[in-house]
Amino acid sequence: MRAFSDRLIALVFVVAALAAVVTAARAGPYEDGLLRFTADSFDETIEGINAVATSGNALAAQIIGALQEGRLLFSANEKRVFVREPPDRLIDAASGRPLAGNAPSDLAPVRLNNRLRRIVEAALGGLSLMAPDAGRRLEAAQAVLKSKDANALGALDQAISRETDAGVKQALIEARAAVVLYLDAASDADKIDAIALIRQRGDQDALGLLGGLPVSASPAVKKAATEAIASIENSLAFWNALQNAWYGLSLGSVLLLAAIGLAITFGVMGVINMAHGEMVMLGAYTTFVVQQLIRARNPALFDYSLAIAIPLAFLVAAFVGILIERGIIRFLYGRPLETLLATWGLSLIMQQGVRTIFGPTNKDVGNPSWMSGSFDLGLITITYNRLWIIVFTLLIFVGLLALIRFTRFGLEMRAVTQNRAMAASMGIRTSRIDALTFGLGSGIAGLAGVALSQIDNVSPNLGQGYIIDSFMVVVFGGVGNLWGTLVGAFTLGIANKFLEPYAGAVLGKIAILVLIILFIQKRPRGLFALKGRAVEA
Amino acid sequence: MIAGLVLRSLDRGALAFLATLAAIGVLVPVLNFLVPATSPFHLSSYFVALFGKYLCYALLALSIDLIWGYCGILSLGHGAFFALGGYAMGMYLMRQIGTRGVYAHPVLPDFMVFLNWPELPIYWYGFQHFAYAAFMVLFVPGVLAFVFGWFAFRSRVTGVYLSIITQALTFALMLGFFRNNFGFGGNNGLTDFKDILGFNVQAPPTRAALFMSSMLALMLGFIICRVIVSSKFGKVLVAIRDAEARTRFLGYRVEAYKLFVFTLSACMAGVAGALYVPQVGIINPSEFSPGNSIEAVIWVAVGGRGTLTGAVLGAVVVNYGKTYFTSGVLAPYWLFVLGGLFVAVTLLLPRGIVGTIHHHWREWRERRRITGGAPYAAARPAE
Repeated sequence: MRAFSDRLIALVFVVAALAAVVTAARAGPYEDGLLRFTADSFDETIEGINAVATSGNALAAQIIGALQEGRLLFSANEKRVFVREPPDRLIDAASGRPLAGNAPSDLAPVRLNNRLRRIVEAALGGLSLMAPDAGRRLEAAQAVLKSKDANALGALDQAISRETDAGVKQALIEARAAVVLYLDAASDADKIDAIALIRQRGDQDALGLLGGLPVSASPAVKKAATEAIASIENSLAFWNALQNAWYGLSLGSVLLLAAIGLAITFGVMGVINMAHGEMVMLGAYTTFVVQQLIRARNPALFDYSLAIAIPLAFLVAAFVGILIERGIIRFLYGRPLETLLATWGLSLIMQQGVRTIFGPTNKDVGNPSWMSGSFDLGLITITYNRLWIIVFTLLIFVGLLALIRFTRFGLEMRAVTQNRAMAASMGIRTSRIDALTFGLGSGIAGLAGVALSQIDNVSPNLGQGYIIDSFMVVVFGGVGNLWGTLVGAFTLGIANKFLEPYAGAVLGKIAILVLIILFIQKRPRGLFALKGRAVEA
Repeated sequence: MIAGLVLRSLDRGALAFLATLAAIGVLVPVLNFLVPATSPFHLSSYFVALFGKYLCYALLALSIDLIWGYCGILSLGHGAFFALGGYAMGMYLMRQIGTRGVYAHPVLPDFMVFLNWPELPIYWYGFQHFAYAAFMVLFVPGVLAFVFGWFAFRSRVTGVYLSIITQALTFALMLGFFRNNFGFGGNNGLTDFKDILGFNVQAPPTRAALFMSSMLALMLGFIICRVIVSSKFGKVLVAIRDAEARTRFLGYRVEAYKLFVFTLSACMAGVAGALYVPQVGIINPSEFSPGNSIEAVIWVAVGGRGTLTGAVLGAVVVNYGKTYFTSGVLAPYWLFVLGGLFVAVTLLLPRGIVGTIHHHWREWRERRRITGGAPYAAARPAE
């Protein structure tokens, strides 16, 4: 054991000594390369770049970087190369130390032309393949994958053998495969291996690589590439469908949020509340005010701003809702068309009121840190704010179902809906239940406003954009049935997102509207229609 | 026979109303042209165009009153028929520009040249002829209303459901017309008109002629509505409004009645739009916005639903108020007023202006009949 460590120490000494000798002798590829810069010829400079870049010297990246920026100077007389550092300081390229004494009189920058600039860029890419920072190595690997630069092959091989990070290593191997695929000198077997590697990558870049193969490729390679393209396209279509489904779920949750309050006021109470969108807007503005106060008083609480805004928005919207019910709507029960007009008028007043108080411009509502950012799931990107909104929507939905099903208020609400006279004679104060139900529906709209403030512009017109969609959801899903609203919202959301790629956003929306209009012809009372006595009530 | 039908349908009130309209129709151009500009009675050409615009709105309100007031169909998408009529007229006016456009293309309107369209789309063919455009003004809204109504009424979509899907209809059309590749000028719509039937659109005589045409159209529309509502057909419409199921059980084809009156009303709205466009000089997709259609409904509600005269009055009064408010320092408060109007009318004045007057007038007459000419005597018997 002792002997082994002795030998190891000896080996280290030998290596160190050799290294010292090499440096002292100034005869390595690095120094050779530097010398070529002094020849002032483009061809020599290319040789120099390649020599320096592949030398493995720690200064190489600095030298090539300086060359790219025109800071690499040479002296033809003294056959030395210098890097100019910003505050007029010269560094000897060979040693990396500042120049002592006077600078040579014939200093001139090493010249570049466009051909050389490309080579410099490729060389830099190759060099950053071995950068200490894993992020930069990954970027460099992606760059090589795109450039397919054959010069980088050596650097790639070196980098792959030294790489420790599994993710970066994978990227490097894929980049190497891309280079090999486009290398004329590579054998067909190598190319087919490379195709297999790229096929595993399976994204749009891979498709581009395989699709761009030169005509001169051999039939075997072409065949492998065609197969790989087909398989990648299949998997891409699958991921695309998943991504659309995710967008659809996200849109559906937004629709559900906006419509669920309406499902209570319209579906359960039969009141057409055209000012429903403005309740959503009130919720969003409550969030804005809460955030403004937090920004002014206690910025540390910003991450909790939504938690504070949620109950407040509910209360504000519910309060306004109860005011509206007591002040206007209760005089109009049984006259739905008049209710529609009166609440439309209210929505105009509320919009203009908010415009007068807060101004017509969009307000800046920030995302708390836990709602910003995204993560990748396979090939689809999921943003946290969308994810949280879906969770929030489902929580509200479940909470509402439980409220209607299990609480005394829910029971009384159902009783009043089903048979008002009977409920009244059983001792339920129906007018109080009306007010509370309307308040509940409006409060939920306020909650929707908190969520929508995270993904939409907070402006006085916020609510208007949702009102028609919300009515569509409720009508489509079936009036008086919360499950219908859920199914309706997600169906419309997903259908919309699947139509969009074919028809474009606007035509997709039009198509959905037309489909709903046709659907109402077929089932005038929605997907989940109430049956029995409740229908005509 | 038709004359008899018309005469029978016009009672004293209707004749007085028509006479008033006719008098205004003559008086306004006279005050514009024959009275010198220095006189306090002179009306500017601006006023003529403005009042002509109100008349088009009045015709739209009339068409809404026919279906809402007498048949109980609350359409929140009547602005769509209005705008379609307007676009048909706008297309005619665009074709009349000819080489006077910015790009001076003999056939293509400016916006098509700008968008690099190689040739005129098929649906623009024929619009250089006024007769064809005039036919389209009636035909396009009529067909849309017929198809839409056929689906809706046959499957018994009624009440607020119908209101909501009519709103969705106009919303969908708005989204469509906003698109450039629909071929109707996209966002900017159709504008920069030069001639109508060879006369300069901007010239005061043309404006006066358009004003008088609008008045004639309004009077004609009023007579048609009056004939319909005072006939047996109109009685069935009212029956449908008040008890649709009962009317159906009595053996009337409710859908057919509704479909007819809905289509007719859409055609009237189309004519209103067609007269509107040359007077304001532009038609763009915002005319399709659901808010416009609902606003038109409130004109009817303010004037008095189911009175016809009320619709005309309401449209003029509300729009005059709008002009008054939005052209001064009060502009930010117009939406408060409009919104308040919606609420106040539905809560406090459900019969509207004309309806309330009618109601009191009838009560007063009733009391006078009972008490034998002493209107202020105690009319009601003790309970």
